[in-house]
Amino acid sequence: MIQADLTIILPEILLSLYAMAALLFGVYTGKDKVAPLLTWTTAGAFVLVAAWIGLNGEGTNVAFGGMFHDDAFARFAKVTILLSAAAVLLMSQDYMERRGLLRFEYPILVSLSVVGMMVMVSAGDLMALYMGLELQSLALYVIASLRRDSLKSTEAGLKYFILGALSSGLLLYGASLVYGYAGTTLFSGIIAAAGEGQMSLGLLFGLVFVMSGLAFKVSAVPFHMWTPDVYEGSPTPVTAFFATAPKMAAMALFARVLHDAFGGATADWQQILALLSVLSMFLGAIAAIGQRNIKRLMAFSSIAHMGYALMGLAAGTVFGVQAMLVYMAIYVTMNVGTFAFILSMEKDGQPVTDIAALNMYAKREPGRALAMLILLFSLAGVPPLVGFFGKFYVLRAAYDAGLAWLAIAGVIASVIGAFYYLRIVYFMYFGDEGEELDGGKSPVLWAFLMASAAAMLFGVVNLFGIEGAAAAAAATLVN
Amino acid sequence: MIGLEHYLTVAAALFVIGIFGLFLNRKNVIILLMSIELILLSVNINLVAFSSFMGDLVGQVFTLFVLTVAAAEAAIGLAILVCFFRNRGTIAVEDANVMKG
Repeated sequence: MIQADLTIILPEILLSLYAMAALLFGVYTGKDKVAPLLTWTTAGAFVLVAAWIGLNGEGTNVAFGGMFHDDAFARFAKVTILLSAAAVLLMSQDYMERRGLLRFEYPILVSLSVVGMMVMVSAGDLMALYMGLELQSLALYVIASLRRDSLKSTEAGLKYFILGALSSGLLLYGASLVYGYAGTTLFSGIIAAAGEGQMSLGLLFGLVFVMSGLAFKVSAVPFHMWTPDVYEGSPTPVTAFFATAPKMAAMALFARVLHDAFGGATADWQQILALLSVLSMFLGAIAAIGQRNIKRLMAFSSIAHMGYALMGLAAGTVFGVQAMLVYMAIYVTMNVGTFAFILSMEKDGQPVTDIAALNMYAKREPGRALAMLILLFSLAGVPPLVGFFGKFYVLRAAYDAGLAWLAIAGVIASVIGAFYYLRIVYFMYFGDEGEELDGGKSPVLWAFLMASAAAMLFGVVNLFGIEGAAAAAAATLVN
Repeated sequence: MIGLEHYLTVAAALFVIGIFGLFLNRKNVIILLMSIELILLSVNINLVAFSSFMGDLVGQVFTLFVLTVAAAEAAIGLAILVCFFRNRGTIAVEDANVMKG
C-alpha cells in the first residue's frame, strides 16, 4: 500500500532529494563557484523528470487515500512547468553570472518551488493544496529578493511576501470554512457536499475566500497590485521565472479546485470567474499603455493573459479547461522567448529595461528584431500566429458556454492591448535614432528567442500536438 | 454553554482585525507580520473548533501543518525585512515606495 503510494509521488520525492543533495554539495564544496554547474544539472534534472512524467505516465493514479492525484491533467501541467523552469534556468545562468548574482541557492530554490508546484497541480485535498502552495510561495519570496544589496529587489521581495502571505491567509480561511461545512478536506468529499445546486452558505463563503486566495496567485484583477512592482524589482531572470512556471501551476490549481471540489456548483463560481476575467483583460490592456519599463509592461501583459486563461475556465466545460491548458502552454512558450530577448537588452554591460532604448533596433540586429516582432504579434493575438489560436480557443469556449458578452469583451480588450505590443515594434523598426544597445551576444538566449519565435510560426500547423494532450487532460479533470 | 458559533465568531473577529491591520496600518512592517500571524491563528481556531465539534481529527492535523508553515513564513519574512532594512535604513510602510504601485 505505502509502496504503491510512494511510487506514484516518486518524481516529487526524487526532485526534493536532488534539491537537498545539491544544497549539501553546494555548502561543502565551492559555494558560489559551483553555481553554474548546479544550474545546468538542475535544468537537466527538470528535463529528465519532464520526459519521465510525459512519456511514462498513464491512467489516473490516486495516492494517500485521495490526497494526491496523478492524472493526465496533472501530467500536462507538470511537463509545462518543468520544461519552462528548465528553460528559464538555462537563460539566467549567463546573465546572473556576469552580474555576480548567481548564488548556488538560486537553482536549489527554483527546484524546491518546482516541487511545490508539482504538488499543487496534483493536490486532491485541502492540506496537500496548502502545503504545495506554501512550498512554492516561500521559495519564490526568497528568489524575488535574491539581489540582497539592491533596494528594489528587497522591496519587491517584501511586497511579494506581505501580499502573498495575505492571499495564503484568505485561502486558508476559506479552506477552514469548507472543511467545517463539508466535513472533510478531501476534494472527493467536498464535491459530494457541494453538489446538486444546494450549497450551504458556509460552503459558499469558503468557496469565495478560496477563489480570492487563488486569484492573488494568478494575479487576476482586483488582486493584481503586487504584480507590477514584483516584476520590476526582481532580477530579470527571476521575473522570467515568475511569468512562466508559477502562473501555469496556479492556473492548473485553480482549475483543479473548481472542477474537482466544486464541480457540482458551476453556476456559483462561473459569474465570479467571468468578472475576474473581464476586469483582468481590460486593466492589463489599458494600464500597460503608459508603461515605459518593459518589465512592468510584461507584468500588465501577464495580467491580461491571465484574464484570457480565466475566460476558458469560466466556461466551466471540458472544452473550457482544454482551451485554458492550450492557452497557458502557448503563453509560457511566448514568455520564455520574450524574456530571452529582454535578458539580452543591455548597454555597457548594464541591463536596460526602457523600451525607448529599442529605437531602430532592427537596423543593427535584423534577426533578433524579426523574432521579437513575431513574438509580440503572437502575444497580441494577430493571426495567423499561434497566439491567435490560443485566444480563439478561449473565446470559442466562452461563446459555447453561453458567455457571448465575455467573448466580445475579450476581443475588444485584445484590440486595445495590441497597441502597446505594436508600439515596441514601432520603436524597433521606425523609431528615432537614439542611444544604441550593445552586447547581448549570448548564444543560449539567441537560441531560446529563435526557437520560441519559430514555434509561434510553425506551430500553426498542428500546435505540436498539444491540443490532443490538453483534450485528454481536460477530460480526466471534468466529469 | 459555549457552542460552535461562539468559536467561529471569535475566529471571524480575529480574521477581520488581521485584515484591517494589514490595510490600515501605515507605520511599521512588523505590525504587518503580526497581522498575518493573527489571520493564520484565526484559521487555526476555526479548524480546531470544527474538528472538535465534528469529532474528526483531520482539522487538528491541518492546524499542525498551518502552525509549522506559519513559523517558516515568519522566519522568511523577517529575513527579507532585515535585508530591506539594510538597504533602506527604515522599516516604515510608507517608505517602501521606490516602485509605485
